[in-house]
This record gives sequence, structure tokens and C-alpha cells, in this order.
Amino acid sequence: MRIYKALLRLYPSSFREEYGEELLRIFEQDRRKISSFPALLIFWIREFLDVLYNAGRVHWDILLKDLIFCRRTIIRTPGFAATAILVTALGIGANTAVFSVVNHVLIRPLPYKDSERIVRIWEKQPNYSRLEVSPPNYRDWQRQARSFESMAAYNNMVSLNLVGNGLAPERVEGAALTAGVLPLLGIRPLLGRLFTQDEDRYGAPGTVLLSYGLWKSRFGGDPRAVGKQLRFDDENFSIIGVLPANVFFPNRENQFWIPLRISPSNYEERDNYYLKVIAKLKPEVTIDQARSEMAAIAQQLEREYPKEDAKTGATVEMLRDGVPEQARMLLIALLGASVCVLLIACTNLANLFLVRAMGRQKELAVRTALGAGRQRLIRQLLTESLVFAVLGGVFGVAMAHGSLPLLTRLIPETLPIGQPTVLDVRVLVFASILLILTAVLSGVIPSLRTFSNMDVSGLHEGSRSGVGGRRERLRSALVFGEIAASVVLLIASGLLIRALWRVQAIDPGFKTENVLTMQTPLAMPKYQNTMARIDFYTRVLDPIRSLPGVHSAAYISFLPMVMRGGIWPIDSVDGIISRPGESLTASLRYITPGFFDTLRIPLRQGRDVSESDTGDAQPVAVVSESFVHRYWPNENPIGRRFTFAFNDRTIVGVVADIRVRGLERSSEPQVYLPYRQVPDGAIIFYAPRALVIRSSSDTVITLNSVRKIIQKVDPEMPVSDVLSLRDVVDSETTARRTQIRVIIAFASLSLLLAGIGLHGLLAFAVSQRTTEIGLRLALGARTKDILRVVLQRGLQVAALGTFFGLLIAYVAGRFLQAVLAGVRPSDPLTLTLACALALFTTISGCLAPALRAMRIDPATAIRTE
Amino acid sequence: MTDIESFLPLQSGTFHILTALGGGERHGYAIIQDIAVRTGGKVKLSAGTLYRSIQRMLEQGLIVESRRRPTAELDDERRRYYRITELGSRVMRAELRRLSQLIQLARAKGFAPESI
Repeated sequence: MRIYKALLRLYPSSFREEYGEELLRIFEQDRRKISSFPALLIFWIREFLDVLYNAGRVHWDILLKDLIFCRRTIIRTPGFAATAILVTALGIGANTAVFSVVNHVLIRPLPYKDSERIVRIWEKQPNYSRLEVSPPNYRDWQRQARSFESMAAYNNMVSLNLVGNGLAPERVEGAALTAGVLPLLGIRPLLGRLFTQDEDRYGAPGTVLLSYGLWKSRFGGDPRAVGKQLRFDDENFSIIGVLPANVFFPNRENQFWIPLRISPSNYEERDNYYLKVIAKLKPEVTIDQARSEMAAIAQQLEREYPKEDAKTGATVEMLRDGVPEQARMLLIALLGASVCVLLIACTNLANLFLVRAMGRQKELAVRTALGAGRQRLIRQLLTESLVFAVLGGVFGVAMAHGSLPLLTRLIPETLPIGQPTVLDVRVLVFASILLILTAVLSGVIPSLRTFSNMDVSGLHEGSRSGVGGRRERLRSALVFGEIAASVVLLIASGLLIRALWRVQAIDPGFKTENVLTMQTPLAMPKYQNTMARIDFYTRVLDPIRSLPGVHSAAYISFLPMVMRGGIWPIDSVDGIISRPGESLTASLRYITPGFFDTLRIPLRQGRDVSESDTGDAQPVAVVSESFVHRYWPNENPIGRRFTFAFNDRTIVGVVADIRVRGLERSSEPQVYLPYRQVPDGAIIFYAPRALVIRSSSDTVITLNSVRKIIQKVDPEMPVSDVLSLRDVVDSETTARRTQIRVIIAFASLSLLLAGIGLHGLLAFAVSQRTTEIGLRLALGARTKDILRVVLQRGLQVAALGTFFGLLIAYVAGRFLQAVLAGVRPSDPLTLTLACALALFTTISGCLAPALRAMRIDPATAIRTE
Repeated sequence: MTDIESFLPLQSGTFHILTALGGGERHGYAIIQDIAVRTGGKVKLSAGTLYRSIQRMLEQGLIVESRRRPTAELDDERRRYYRITELGSRVMRAELRRLSQLIQLARAKGFAPESI
């Protein structure tokens, strides 16, 4: 009997209250007729299933009824429904999307085995905290350090021309690895095998591991690809394996891996920094212990090699932390903004539901009076809140999903991870729960209080119970919060826009208009000889220069901002060998004549490099102004000599400085060397591959002609990375622009929501006080006074919100300083504009209610009472 | 004015409950028994199904809870009695008309019922 009673709890309480006793009685009567045990068992099973089935049906019926009711509510008050759903969607969408990216970049462990023990090690010198490592230092570290389980090196600046296979020539990016890298990361091959120690040996036959993507695109995912030959540049590599699709090491663009081979001569060059080094800490060793050991080893090496290793230390950091400071700040700022949006969404939702609860007092009182059970009503309100939350959630997820491609641009390319393709479910759940709670708390609880307090009083015409005092203060507080949050977002967007303008206004030192750039990677060993390359450049550049509209064209080793490295030490100046630690560095670029003219880099003194600067002639150089400033501040530099990149060079010209390392970073002085003086078969990495063309005619037409010309000279030469120079410079600010777009969207939304909130607050207050206002008017108050009362309310709340917003924004601004490019967080223009916008919103929000208050007719207002 | 047609065809439970109430007002257990007896035990409504149907039929206005009670000695104070409404009767008549039309249609084509 007791069991059956408990079973009955499965029915909704309204049903149980009504029919519970009857059900019990029937159960009792049936039960009495049964005597044998098996019959009893069957009876119980049947009763159990009966309750289960019917309780489910009753619940379902109620749900359907509530949903129908809910649909009616939505149709009857579409404005309310749309706002509630939109607000929920924004809160859920913004947070889910932003947090998914933040989690992916900053929080989640890297997708490698024991990733919490993987570190990167750099050389450290004055002015450079992270310098690539020279081969001999790498070898010595590896031999001496005891903190690490293993240490390995790689170099990701490998790009080769993939030819043959019946497909068009293609340039692919890859990395060269020592055999230790992949096992250190815990990566296993999808097919075939990894590299062996033997393959690190200089001169071993070429082998290659393919990325999943390259394997699919080049071999259609055929497992028989392993063992085949692949022609990269002019060399054959045998494919030894394929790595799984989720391997993005060292970066997202990587498509193949070849063994890193360090030649014996490379092991002699202690100041040739080009290796990237990773290591795995032993389980019991902390990163601090490793740092002190590496510092000791570096000191020891400095004593042994006082010249090359002068002031050289080692930087050890977690691989996870390889996120540029700026990228980290941009993401954290976005996260802050999205939290603001979530808070605003919650307060707005609370506000909406509170208003409605108050507006519904009468409806609920009527329904209670007509006999609707209290629990039944609560259940209906709950269902309604949940429907809004679910609808909002669906839109929110759609929004988040739609915005992911945009946010993906914020993922720094330096991290060895892929793009987030999925939304973070935990955040989705968290934001949804928060919003559902908000909806439920603010939608159901006030209504509950309504009909527990005033079952009957709510029916009185003109009843005002529960309006004044506490609840209105709560709503004022909510609006206050919204305004404060919007002001914070407004100021943040303002500061970031100012910072963007500042960055965009930075003069890169060259003119970007009408310049087309592209890469023609030179296949080795075909172009190993300087003569072969000169022949190629001449046969390509001459016809390009005579194309219609083309003003000039030239080749350079690397485009500024695309390649930020290529920095060499200056060994001696005017025959004086620079002292250890004092040596200046400069960026090294080989160019053809006409490069300065094409980029409009002003020639200050002397001449451009020329065709007569051949390999047999005296090595010459054109240097930038800052180079001259460093060594011969007030003297004529032409004819001076310095030793750089293996040779004594004479200065023949001086050009203006350009920003090689990007718009926001200062650059080393620049040294330009004539392309004919690239030594035969050496420093091939610097052989000019970037083509720049200044042309006034249509880009597409020019590009087509250029492609044809190159095709004619070398049919196997791919043309890649076609970009206007404008795009190259613009890509410097891509992350900033993305972030600003998102934050501006957040700020406008929150401002809009705050305006709606304020409007709702005042409109409600006015409608509740119609009688009072009518009385006042009847007693002689002027409309001006009424207007003042209403506006005062709104302005008070807004002023307080703005004030707190300013305070928070200032603190946030100081935190953001690193990305503000010198814009002060107290930037007066931004602050003034943000306050003005907040004021404008306040006044717009106050306007309609104030007008309504003014138009109240005293006679009608009093009569309704 | 409720549209009678919208109730048709009646669900089997509704049909049986209305039929049982045709013989006067009854309480729940009596309805179950009445149906079981009339159908020779073929239809046995469970208590849950009965009251779920009753709740729905009350809402639809096909039946009402009766305030009149049978003679004192037969009455159990706590029991709820149900009575068919005017609407309930009309729905029942409409359903019967529908069913007999169906039978006529079938007969016109030469079908005859199996002998019972």
C-alpha cells in the first residue's frame, strides 16, 4: 500500500490531489482479490507499468498545454518574446564562442603526450630574450643538461616546390626535424614509420613524412603512397610515413616533415642562430630547476667561447606559453567583454521577467481565484521560462557557430595547435544554466510572491501592491549595472580603435600603393648556382618591366613583415673588430636593382645596387640610415667598410629605414646586398625569391602576364602568395581589427540593451504612477515639473552607472596597456565620447516615458481610481 | 457552441466510459467493472487510464462530477460520482450515427457481420 502511494508521486501533484485517493481505493479493492504469489507478482508489475505509462501521459498532456499557452504568450507579446530570446541568445552565443577560442588557445593543454613537461629553449642575449639556437650550442646543451628526458631541434622555415605526380607545381610549407622531435611529442605515425637517428646524418638519402592533408590532396589518401618517391625541388625524397590529421607541429600550415641535417660546418658556427629547440623535463624536475641548470651551462659556454657566446644565456619556457603577449591580451580583453555581455544579458532578462511578473499579478490572481492550483501555475511559468531559455540557446549556439571563423583569426599561428572546430560544451552549459536560472528566478519567484501575498487583493482595481520600494530599487540596480557595463565596453572599443588608428598611421617606410608581390620559390639544386639564378631573374624581370603599366619590378630575399628574421651580426667596422656583446646586428637582404624604386624607399645618399656589382667585383652594400647613425653619426658613410655575412663590404648608398619586424616593433638597421654577389651555393636561404612589381594597370591582367612570363622561363616554377603590398601591411592589424569588430558589436548591443532596460524601468514607473501624476497635475504642478521628476530618475541611475563604468574602464585600460600602442587609458576623447553616447542612450530611454507622463490627462487619471 | 464533429471518432476508452455512464451516474470503480462485464472481460481499463480519461473528459465537458448522491446506505462519503452531460450525450449520438453509417456502407457492398 505504501509502495503504491509512493508510486503515485510520479503523477503531477495536481492530478494526484484530484484522483489520488480514488486510485488508491481501486488499487486496494483489486489487491484484495489476489491470494497466490505469482498472481500478486503479475499484479504488481501491471500496476507499476500502468502508473509509469499514465503518469508520463499526464505530464506530457500538461507540457503540451503549457507549450500552447506559451505560444499564445509569444504571439500576444511578440516584443517581449523577441527581446527575451535575443538577449538569451546573445549571452549564450557570445560567451560560448569567445570562451571556446580562449580555452583553445590559453587554457587547454596542448594536444601532446605529457604536454605539461614540454618546454622550449631559446638563446638569450641583451635585447633578445628569445633567439634561435646555434647548432654547436644546441649540441653542447644536449650533452650537458641533466634536467631533460630528451632534447630535440627543428626548423620550420622549409618550403619546397612539390612537382610531378601529374599535378601542377605547388609550394608547400614544412619543417625539418631531428629524429627526437616526434617521439618527444608522443606523436605516432598514421602510416609507415618516424625518422631514425640515422636519417639525421648529413648526406643521408632524402626521406619525408607527409601530413594527412598533403597525403589526401596529393595521393588521394592511398596507403600505397608510403614507399613512393616525391620530387621536392630537384631532389627525390622517399615517403616513409603519414602523420595523423590532428598533428599541427610546429604550426598550422605545416604540410610535411623532413629530417633536420646539420652539416659539420654548421657545427662550427656558434653565432648562426637558426634552430628551434624543444625538450621534455624529467618528471621530477621543475621548470625552475631546469632554468638554473641551463643558466649554469650557458655561463660555462660563455667562459669557453667568450666571443661568440658573449652575454648569452638561455630562456626556458613552457611550450604552452608560446602565445605572443599581444595575442593573449586581445583574447583576454574579448573574454572580459563577453562576460560583460553575459552580465548585461542576465540583468536584462531579469528586468524583462520582473516587469512581466508585475504586469501579470492580476492575471495570476484571477486564475488562482478560478481554482487553478498554485503548483500548476508555477509549473506553467517554469515551462515558459525554459522555453525562452531553450529558444535563446538555439539561436545563441547558431550565432556562436557562425562567428567561429571570424574568431579563429585571433589564434596565433605560432602555437602548434589546430583551429577549434567545435564549440566548448562546458561553456555552453554554464552560460545556459546561468540564463535559465536568471529567467526562472526573475520570472517565477516574483509571481510566486504575488499570489501568496494577495490572492484576492490583486483583483482590486488599481491595486498597487508590491510595486514600489524594494522591487523598483532592484530594477534600478539592474539598469545601473547595464549602463556601467556598456560604458566599460564603449571605452574599451574607443581605446582599441584609437590604438588601431595609431598603428595604421605608422609609416612602414615604404609606399604600399600599386605594388603587387608574389613568391617564386627557387627549386634546389637547380638554382644552386648564382649564375642560374641571375639568368632566371633577368629573363623574368626584363619582360615584366616592359609590360604595359608596369613602372618597375625587382626581387628581394624576403618581403618586410612577412619575414621578420634574417638578422646577422656585424663583425667589424672600419677594420675594428667589435667587442664581445657590443656587436650590432642588421637584417640582411639581397636585392636586384630597382627594389628601392619599386617600394619608393627614398635613397638618401650614393646609389642603388647595380648590375655591375658582380661576384668578381668588390663586395658592396646599401645600408639604412639607422646603420649610418650607429657608426658614423656625423660623417659621410660612402666608401666606409664593414664586415658582414662573410665579407668585407663597402658602402655605396644610404636609404631610409623601413619596418622589417612589423608596424608595431622597432627593427634592426637594414643592410641590402646586390643579388649578383650571393656566394655560389651558399646562404641559399637568402637567394631572392620575393617578386615585387609596381604597376598602374589592372592587377589581374598584370598578374596573368607575369604568370605567363614565369611559366615560359621555368614551367615547373610555382607562383604563390600573391598579395598586394597593402595586404601585407594590413595583415599586421588583422587580429586587432577582428577584436575591435567583436568588441564594438558587444558595446553597441549592450548600449541598446541598457537603453531598453532604462526605458522599461521608467515606462513602468510612469504607468504605475499615472494616478499620482494626474493628482499632481490637478493640484497645479506644471508639465515641466513632471518631466523633471521622470528625467531625474533616469539620469540619476545613468550617472551612477556611467561613473562606475568609467572607474572600471580605467582599471581595465591600464591592464590592456600592452595592446594600446601608446594610447593612454585616460584618453580624454574616448572618455568624453563614451560618456556622450551613454547620455544619449539615457535620454532616448527616458524620452518616451517622460512624454507619456506629460500627456497624462488629470481628469482621466483620477477617474480610473 | 462546441463542434460535435471535432470529438469524432471517439477513442475506445471514451466510448466505453460514456456508455457506462449512460446507465446513470457511477463512481470510478463501478465504471471499470461495468465495462468489464459488458465486454465479457475483453476491455479492462486500468485505474490510471480511467482517471486520465476522466480528467480529459471533464475538461472537454463530456461528463461532470455529480453532486447528487445515490441512496444513503449505498453511498460512500468519499467517492466521486460522474454523470454524462448534454454535450456528452450528443457526442455519443453523433458517434453512433457515424458508426451505423459505416455499417450501412459496408452492408451495401455485400458485407455481412460474422455471426456472434
